[in-house]
Formats: sequence, structure tokens, C-alpha cells
Amino acid sequence: MLTYTIRRLAFAVPTLLVISFLIFGILDLAPSDPTAQLPLTIPPEVREKIRLSLGLGDPFIVRYFKWLVQFMVNEPLNILEQWTGWTIGDGERLRVLSWQTRSPVVDLIVQRMPQTLWVVGMSYVVGIVIAIPIGVISAYRQYSWFDQFGTLFSMVGFSIPTFFTGLLFIVIFSVTLGWLPSIYDTTLVVEDWDSFVAQVKQMIMPTMVLGLYNASQLSRFMRASVLDNLNQDYVRTARAKGMTEKVVLLIHVLRNSMIPVVTVIALNLPQVFGGAIITEQIFRVNGLGQLLIGAIEGGDIPTVQTLTFIFAVLIVVFNLIADVLYGILDPRIRYD
Amino acid sequence: MPLADGAPLSRAPAADPAGEAPVLEVDRLEVVFDTRGGAVHAINGVSFSVRPGELLGVVGESGSGKSVTMMSALDLLPSPPARRTGGAIRYQGRDVSSMGPKALRKLRGGDIGFVFQDPMTSLNPVFTVGYQICEPLRAHLGLSRKQARKRAAELLAMVGIPSPEARLDDYPHQFSGGMRQRVMVAIALSCEPRVIIADEPTTALDVTIQAQILDLVRDLRHRTGAAIVWVTHDLGVIAGIADRVAVMYAGQIVEEAPVAAIFAGPRHPYAAALLETIPDVEGERPERLTTIPGQPPILRAPPAACAFAPRCAHAFDRCHAQNPPLADDGTGHKAACWLRPETVAAAEAGEGAR
Repeated sequence: MLTYTIRRLAFAVPTLLVISFLIFGILDLAPSDPTAQLPLTIPPEVREKIRLSLGLGDPFIVRYFKWLVQFMVNEPLNILEQWTGWTIGDGERLRVLSWQTRSPVVDLIVQRMPQTLWVVGMSYVVGIVIAIPIGVISAYRQYSWFDQFGTLFSMVGFSIPTFFTGLLFIVIFSVTLGWLPSIYDTTLVVEDWDSFVAQVKQMIMPTMVLGLYNASQLSRFMRASVLDNLNQDYVRTARAKGMTEKVVLLIHVLRNSMIPVVTVIALNLPQVFGGAIITEQIFRVNGLGQLLIGAIEGGDIPTVQTLTFIFAVLIVVFNLIADVLYGILDPRIRYD
Repeated sequence: MPLADGAPLSRAPAADPAGEAPVLEVDRLEVVFDTRGGAVHAINGVSFSVRPGELLGVVGESGSGKSVTMMSALDLLPSPPARRTGGAIRYQGRDVSSMGPKALRKLRGGDIGFVFQDPMTSLNPVFTVGYQICEPLRAHLGLSRKQARKRAAELLAMVGIPSPEARLDDYPHQFSGGMRQRVMVAIALSCEPRVIIADEPTTALDVTIQAQILDLVRDLRHRTGAAIVWVTHDLGVIAGIADRVAVMYAGQIVEEAPVAAIFAGPRHPYAAALLETIPDVEGERPERLTTIPGQPPILRAPPAACAFAPRCAHAFDRCHAQNPPLADDGTGHKAACWLRPETVAAAEAGEGAR
């Protein structure tokens, strides 16, 4: 398993280099102008100078390699210095700078990460916690009223987009009932019970909107997987051994049913880091999704490039994690 | 092979445990499957019993209801679609269907061991073999983890698996088909059951492995004294190990006799036809293997006439009008065929009684 993991990681390096080149190329081809949002009174010569100062005067390949060195070498060295307190070289390295804010992109990401992880990550946890029992019970009592209701719930949850459920939640719980705030306050610091309650309150709606969406998808997977396993011969063997239904279902069937579902969960996890762009917009969660949208609108190529590339890295890594988990859960799969 | 006309038995049965009370009794069992196309009467009044130490062979074509009978005995059929519509199953005189779920679980795996047809799929792929053997030991005998493991290793040794201690931690996919079936036998034997039901345990295995499993069962039976019900469609296997044979057709037993008697002189045309289909080892090799023409029926209603009549060379009017009862000729050889005087007599007695 270890050799397999190392080999896969080694293979990931050329893959990611190609991906970074493609992203850079596509962004370069896009007709976006970093000065487009500046006031119209700025004369064209000045605009040209701004572009040159952003490095746009260099040929494409040079710009790509500059970004590559900044992101692959300078940023990791910088993080290492911050963690360990060492000084490597003269400490004067060019970092990936956002065109909009002129601050390092990595610092922006570090600022936005906690909100996204809390809201989107929690919505994933909620989704899994809801989906697995629903999937198991729906399959065990196939065609019962519970199963019918579960099917309806997941069909509705899956087909209604989150921007609609988000607005619906806001209308019901913020406008009509006034129970929950409709805007996520990023500046809130949890330091006592009251601020903790406020934090939970502002997290409920975005978390539930995304969580129910995730749950509707996962519960279908879970149900199908459990149904598939309930018809297997080993279930009959377990019953013939005199095992209780609880043991049959929660030990024999569940372990087998989790194999494909865990893979699906692991493959979807990069989305958590990518942030739920629409949900973050609706609830004004100041997360990575909003950072990306703002950067796209402002023609902030370095930020878009860096964020997109980080998502690509996460997808590659979680694919590997999914494969490794598969091997751990299913003893028939060995990679060595 | 011609039909024997009540010829005397050429050999006495290998074992005669007739004196003892039966440990497992199936009494006029009826099972119906509710399918989309309507009800299918899979089992129509099957009765048999086994005594301690006895090996009963149950034979019949695919779809004759052999497996369904055995699964229904332990309530292992998925319901729906399966439904037990009549009859009773008694273990040591106690009615199984009136047992609570706890007593039924005690019976399954504790008092009655089950070996299934396909060893490749009957074990759970994600748990070690040791875990799967230990499960019933801990549930039924209340052994500790350590004791159960020790006993599991003994069981693996008993079914002839080399270095059993080490193999406990292996997963089913690390065993060959024959070895997996040995593991299944070990699980069935784990709690020293009084009855072992083996549902086509050698069908999925090749012939040399079959022989090993047969030897194993023969040996275990003498050692543990358990009653065995051995379901198969292979008469050759039955001839080698059974004391008594029951021949099933369309969810009914059509002939039941000591093994020697049935091989010497089958009385039901279906049993005779089954024996005909065994290829001869000696003599000229036939162009084609002998078959019984036609298919077993799918019964939408309980059979009103002899279910075999449409395929039977000897069928006459009564066969198409009335279902023959299974009757004993006084020597323990039972048949359900209007050609048999005991069947005719039993039918008349039955009508007289009504």
C-alpha cells in the first residue's frame, strides 16, 4: 500500500504540472483586462503602464514560469519559514500577488479558509449523518412508507437548486419568523456562550441548505448499496448462523455497503474546500467561493490561477485517498 | 432401468436408527411465492423426518423445491415473496413456527447447522474467516473472544485446513473454493448442531474436491452423531453417503426409500427416469446423454393431478385426474404413483376416512 501511495504521488507531479499549464493557458486566452474596473478617466497610456507593471509585458512562457517558481518554490519556503521561524536565504522572495489587492494570494486564502471549512465542511458532516441512516432504513424496509418518503425527500432535495432553498430558508426563518440571521457575520469571534450561540445560529441555514442537498444525493447511494448487499448470499449465511437482525444489518451489510459510499464521499470532499459558491453568495459567507467569484469579476488572474490550481491538487489528492480507503475497507483489494 | 414390481430389498439399509425419535420433522409443508405473475405453489405438502445419526438425501431437478423446503424449515426465505401457507416444522418435537425470534436464532446455527450451495459467495468478503467462525460460537455458546478463537482453530483443523491457527486471520478470498466450503462446514458444525442441512454443498465444486467434502461429512457424521439432510441433484453423490433418499418433484416428495432399495428398484417413474440419466461408466459411450423430456411445471395452483403425468411414459387417465398420495408398502419404501397398489390403497383408505 505504501509503495502504491508513493508511486501514485510521483505520478501526480507531471499530471499537476500539465493541469497548471492548461489553467494558465486558458486564463491567458480569456479576454479579461485587469484595468477594466478602474475609473474611465484613466488614459490608455497609463492603463498600459499598469498592465506592464503587473508583468503582462512578458511573453506567456516567461509569465508561466514566474508563476510556477513563485507558487511551487517561494510560497512553500515562506510557509516553512513561518512555521519554523528559520530564515532561508535572504527572505526576499517574490510571492504570488493578487492584482486586485496587491497582497499575497496565499494570505487571502488563509483568511478565507476557516469560514468555508466551518460552513461547507459542517454541511458535509450533516449530510453524511442524515444520509446513512436514511439509506440503510430505506433499503431494509424497501417500499415502506419510510422508503417512499425518503425517495420523495431525496428527489425534491436533489432537484431544487440551493439558491432556491437558500432563499426559501431566508424568507421563512429570517424574514417571517426572525429566528436566524440571513447574513453570515465573519467578524464574529467566539469567546463566550452568547457569541457561540450567535455563531451556531448563523451557521444553521447555510449548513442545512448544503447539508440537505448532500444528504439527498448520498442517501440514494447508500440505499442502492445496502439493497445490493441485502440480496447477497453472505446475508443468508449470517441469518443461518443465528445472528440478530441488528448484527446482520449493522455489521455484515453495513460494512460492505460503505465501500462504494466512502469512495463517493472522499471524491466529493474537494468541493468542501472549493466552497459552495452559490450558497456562500446567498448567505454572504466570506469564504473561498466568494474570493474566487470576486477574483473572476475583477480579472485577478493570479488569484484565479492559484485557487483553481489548489482545487486541482485537492482533487488529485482525494482521488488517491479514495483509492487507499477502498483498499482498507475491502480486503480483496490490495495494491502491492 | 425398468420399474421393479415390489421386489424384495436386495440389501438391508446401511444404518437402521428406526428406534429413535426423529430430531427434525417436516410435516405437510406448503410454501407459496407471491410473484408479479401470480402465486407460485413451490412446496405442496412435503413431509419428511430425520433421526439422530441418519443421513437423508433429497434429490430432484432444479426447481423441484429442494432448497426452498430447507430454507423454509429455518424461516430463511425472504418474505415477501415467500409465504408458508401450511404445515409444521418440528425440532425435537417443538414447533419451529411458534418459536419467538430468540428461540429461532438459537435454533439457527446453534441446533441446526446450514451449509449453502455456493461457497464463493456465502462468506462475507470483508471479515476474516476466524471472525465469521467465532460469531456463532460467541452468540450461542457464550464463549469469550479467546475461547472462541481457540475453538475456531480446532474446527478448521477438524475440517482439514492446514495451519488453522494462522489461517483464522485470512479473508475468504484467500481460500480456494473447496477450502471455503470447508470453512462453511466448520461454521455449520461450530456449535455442535443436532442437525446439519447441506443444500447442494458440492454442486459448485469440482469432482476431486467434491470427494474430499463427502469424505469429510461421512467422517463427521460418525464422530458427532448429527442428523444430516443432504440436498443434491446428483444421484451419484447420494448413492455414496445416504441412508435414505427422498425424491422431490414439483414441490412434493414422490418417492422415499432406503438408498439401496431405490437404486435396486425405483418405483416412481420420475425416480426411474432420474436413475436412467446417470451415464454408465462402462460400455459404449452414448451419442447423447439421456434426459427426461420436458420441463418441471410452474404451479399456479396446488397440483390437482400427478404433476409428472405430462412427462411420464406410463401415464394413464387417473394420473391426469387425481394427485396420488405418498404411500408406504410396509417396508419403508414409499411412492406416490397410481401404478403402485399401495398408493391406490392409500387413496381409497383416505377417501373412506373422509
